[in-house]
Amino acid sequence: MSAISRDEVAHLARLARLAVTEDELDRFAGQLDSILQHVARIGEVAADDIPPTSHSVPLVNVMRADVPEPSLAREDVLAGAPDSAEDRFRVPRILDEE
Amino acid sequence: MMSTSTLPSYDDVVSRYEPVIGLETHVELGTRTKMFCGCSTEFGGEPNTQVCPVCLGLPGSLPVANAAAIEATIRIGLALNCTIAEWCRFARKNYFYPDMPKNFQTSQYDEPLCENGYLDVEVNGETVRIEIERVHLEEDTGKSLHVGGATGRIHGATESLVDYNRAGIPLVEIVTKPVPGTGVLAPEVARAYVTELRDVIRSLGVSDVRMEQGSLRCDVNLSLNKPGEEWGTRSETKNVNSLRSVERSVRSEMLRQASVLDAGGSILQETRHFHEDTGETTSGRSKETATDYRYFPEPDLTPMAPDPAWVAELKAALPELPRVRRLRLQADWGISDFEMASVVNAGAVELIEATIAAGGSSEAARKWWLGELSRRANESGVELGELAITPAQVAELQSLVDGGKITDKIARTVIEAVLAGEGDPAAIVSARGLEVVSDTGALTAAVDEAIAANPDVAEKIRGGNHAAAGVLIGAVMKATKGQADAKTVRELVIARLS
Repeated sequence: MSAISRDEVAHLARLARLAVTEDELDRFAGQLDSILQHVARIGEVAADDIPPTSHSVPLVNVMRADVPEPSLAREDVLAGAPDSAEDRFRVPRILDEE
Repeated sequence: MMSTSTLPSYDDVVSRYEPVIGLETHVELGTRTKMFCGCSTEFGGEPNTQVCPVCLGLPGSLPVANAAAIEATIRIGLALNCTIAEWCRFARKNYFYPDMPKNFQTSQYDEPLCENGYLDVEVNGETVRIEIERVHLEEDTGKSLHVGGATGRIHGATESLVDYNRAGIPLVEIVTKPVPGTGVLAPEVARAYVTELRDVIRSLGVSDVRMEQGSLRCDVNLSLNKPGEEWGTRSETKNVNSLRSVERSVRSEMLRQASVLDAGGSILQETRHFHEDTGETTSGRSKETATDYRYFPEPDLTPMAPDPAWVAELKAALPELPRVRRLRLQADWGISDFEMASVVNAGAVELIEATIAAGGSSEAARKWWLGELSRRANESGVELGELAITPAQVAELQSLVDGGKITDKIARTVIEAVLAGEGDPAAIVSARGLEVVSDTGALTAAVDEAIAANPDVAEKIRGGNHAAAGVLIGAVMKATKGQADAKTVRELVIARLS
């Protein structure tokens, strides 16, 4: 049985705002399925005494003091925006976009 | 929108349905810098001047957690009787919405910094324990201006303009467990909880918790069920921006859900928006489910593992919390629950405490702050604490009354003068010559004049009708411009006529 369905891939693509064609759905479903099966096999090997790892470096509590630092100049900030107006990022309308 | 005529009455609803409430509160911390970068959090800056590669999510930037924000969150958790995690992580909440430039919000998912606490609140003289599910740390979003639609609403807008100054400011989310069993009091319990939470956080000094400025924001979850049945489907009402709105939104949502259920309909699990003007909620977007946010541990931030010794230190250093303080003051002042509730509702706890510290008695302090001064604050539409009179001045005023220098009535005149900026009470009394006329000779003359001017009344008093003395007392008070002590005048009148 496959670990991920074609419908699930379509749903994930929609959440990630990726336009995926019907052909790509078939191809990616297959590829993702083999990746997930591979990970599932590793999961079988991992016993209860092996905690899941999210960070490869064993560090905790890396923090900074609450001291202000200079921000970017606004023209530099807005230079990276696709569009701007009134010193703000300009974006297409938010509702009914789907 | 449903017309109000179809809504059942509130009493009818609570006789047939049981509400379950739940509150999600967001508190913007008062740190100097953002959660993961050194950008200033100062309010009111020019748009997009307090942003940097980290809070914009530019490639290659690396967030680092703000130590002060983590400490503040742990202190909030401790004040809410939570267990502090020994080890937890941040998580990415992935969604596409232009209020976050990164396309995700750094938040916490299944490992909150604090969990399983409670907050006791008083409602109608009873203590209601609100269980806290979790307190976690995340970051605030940017602010959008919606253009092209009506009155800045997102609906009908053709485009939006976004300012990211607020994006990345530390935000603490406090989530209650579902609260069943509040019945008819549900709206008041919701309000009392948010009020108490605000006061607790304010006492910690970690946020200015101002609902009108958005540093305290509340979402209200509500469901109804018939007695003995399972809890119903809940709606989540956003945009509840004042304590009064918390109460109103619970009530209006109870009425709306009851009318839907009465008509045989079912409640959708959805986000609703509260409208301050109509006091009603309208449907918002239907919620994405948690799995749609594809949470995963934030790889760019290290896990948090607060040292238990440090947490114990923070706990030991917590200030006296508002409820404990209220109970202590109530016992000190020797007043009933009801009287204490009036003091709290008037926002007079600190003022009365300071008045007593300045030498006033608790009775006198309460009398002035809850009486004359509350009345004047109401008239001027200001908070009690904003009146131009200090607790020390109120204590001084009362000592003038106690010392027989002025009457209660004159004291009101003195208050007016203090509020008008004429100085301290004693100085005003002497500058305006308001001291009580205690010269018996002068008073006796005024009494004799009053008797001569009202022979009929004098005759009645001579006949034993002492109640008639009021007319003569009034005449003497008028003649002395209110500076005589009414009790002394009464004694003089009766002595002259018996």
